[in-house]
Amino acid sequence: MNQFLQQLINGLSLGAIYALIALGYTMVYGVLRFINFAHGDVFMLGAYVGLYARRYLAGQTQAGPSLGLAVSVLLISMAVCAIVGMVIERLAYAPLRNRPRLTVLITAIGVSLFLEYGGQQFFGAGPHFFAPIIPSYKMHTGALSITSNELIVFSVTFVLLIALTFIVLKTKLGTAMRALSFNPTAASLMGINNSVVISFTFGLGSALAAAAGILWAVKYPAITPLVGLLPGIKAFVAAVLGGIGNIPGAALGGLILGVTETLVVGYSDLLHIPPSYKDAVAFVILIVILLFKPSGLLGKTTSEKV
Amino acid sequence: MRPKIYFLIGVLVSFLVWYFVPMDQYIREIVLTIGINIILAVSLNLVNGHTGQFSIGHAGFMAIGAYFSAWITTVGAPTWWPSLDLSGGLAGTLVFLGALLAGALLAALAGLLIGIPTLRLRGDYLAIATLGFGEIIRVVIQNTEVVGGSRGFSVAYGYATIFWTYLFAALTIYVVANLVNSAYGRGFLAVRDDEVAAESIGVNTTKYKVIAFVLAAFFAGIAGGLYSHFKQYLHPDRFNFITSIEVVVMVIVGGMGSTFGVIAAAIVLSLLPEALRFIPQFYQQIFGVSLPHLVDDLLKNRMMIYSLLLIILMLTRPQGIFGGISGRPAFLFKRKSVRADGLAS
Repeated sequence: MNQFLQQLINGLSLGAIYALIALGYTMVYGVLRFINFAHGDVFMLGAYVGLYARRYLAGQTQAGPSLGLAVSVLLISMAVCAIVGMVIERLAYAPLRNRPRLTVLITAIGVSLFLEYGGQQFFGAGPHFFAPIIPSYKMHTGALSITSNELIVFSVTFVLLIALTFIVLKTKLGTAMRALSFNPTAASLMGINNSVVISFTFGLGSALAAAAGILWAVKYPAITPLVGLLPGIKAFVAAVLGGIGNIPGAALGGLILGVTETLVVGYSDLLHIPPSYKDAVAFVILIVILLFKPSGLLGKTTSEKV
Repeated sequence: MRPKIYFLIGVLVSFLVWYFVPMDQYIREIVLTIGINIILAVSLNLVNGHTGQFSIGHAGFMAIGAYFSAWITTVGAPTWWPSLDLSGGLAGTLVFLGALLAGALLAALAGLLIGIPTLRLRGDYLAIATLGFGEIIRVVIQNTEVVGGSRGFSVAYGYATIFWTYLFAALTIYVVANLVNSAYGRGFLAVRDDEVAAESIGVNTTKYKVIAFVLAAFFAGIAGGLYSHFKQYLHPDRFNFITSIEVVVMVIVGGMGSTFGVIAAAIVLSLLPEALRFIPQFYQQIFGVSLPHLVDDLLKNRMMIYSLLLIILMLTRPQGIFGGISGRPAFLFKRKSVRADGLAS
């Protein structure tokens, strides 16, 4: 039982990161009906911006890991990536509005590759060590142990989810976002500037991806320019699992995926699945979901209109 | 009857080239790579170009064909028929062809299993699902000890000659071009042009998508089998998503749906890395100074050039460099040709 609870904690902290990335996929899908392939690479960029911000800040103040450092690294990275996300949208996707879906998809793949291999050019192909930004400790409650990193993942995700819910439900831009995803033509007829809202959505999603990148780097400190590939794909699976376009669904899907993946590895002896097949879990889930409930757990079933 | 004649001419030429044209190791390697890339690109074009779906997991099917056929010729056949001399001759050739077919069939089976659930949905799902499955296939191979796992796998015989490679390249072109130009093959184009309309007039869109996907996987398996019996060494990392992306770039640059364009792109893009390798040397010889460091690095980072190529093409000429041009060069085919969009040109 204790082992199960321990796995659950690990799984939830992994799932929280997936959830943050998945939110970006789902929001962009909501307003543009397209999968932003480069989202996983914005996540990677977030980790790298954090790495350099930490180097710069710590170099300036000679400070070791502290809460202040962590918060500023997180905020800097989120801000930079929000801008990068908006720039990508403006340069690569905006000119392709109303073009065939395939054209946009290919462009997104191009952007994704550009970020990955531009990253190799710029940061170097080898792994970088992400130095700790916050002092870490381990807490024991009975037989369970929970690290401060896991607590940070939970609390950051929790705060960001609350903030996102507030933005989407209570602010004017959030309302505009929902209107746009409901019906773009009607939204623009009501005086909503669609391109501003789309830009904002990209910024918001990219900031969340950057936060996820920092949390990932705190958890797994070796980062490479290709680090965003697998988490990006898995987060997409999480978004599909929750019902793509549905914000609570993305969070739920991320958590379910993280827990399932961790449990499969944790009980690999019992299940007779080698732990190296961990990455396959997401795709098995994807297939099962596509076969039995393509609209996802919380998604509405809609038929495509001509 | 015309296409059949061209197919036979292709076979004949590849035989003559293989038999009479002397080549050093370096040239031979490039020529074989081009042949394999033509098979990969033309087969992927059936899915990404003619049927309008989007698969970026072609390397996975190639890996299945490569590993399974290599396993048969290296491990399987010598244990099943220990008395046979497999190093060449009729027995070796038959075993090679059998292995090639078996690898392709296994790849096609994998294509069927992956295609049925994912192809019911729209293209974007397919893109990510195929990317994921390509990676999964690689992970599975990495964990399969009988084919060397992550240590790599040495293949016993280098059966893949220029003759065999180009014979299969000609076969791939023949099958794909004839299929999409046949009455039956109109279904692929219908699915691409308007899926809802196609369905409403009774085209079984899922069936067409699955058929395209399975056929493409089959030929990717053939390409893999040729690759393994040409390099004689396999490593799972060779079949990662970069390989898939390279094939996708060939299809897009060539023009989705244009067989001629895709073949041209496969040739040009296979030669590109070699050409890029010589640019710094030339520059040094002409100007006496070596290239600026940044440019030099950029030339080595082929994927970055590809990614920019993709973005710029999509923004300026989404039909690809050769797209929109008829599927075959007009000077070769006097017969009234039919454009990829189904209108007489």
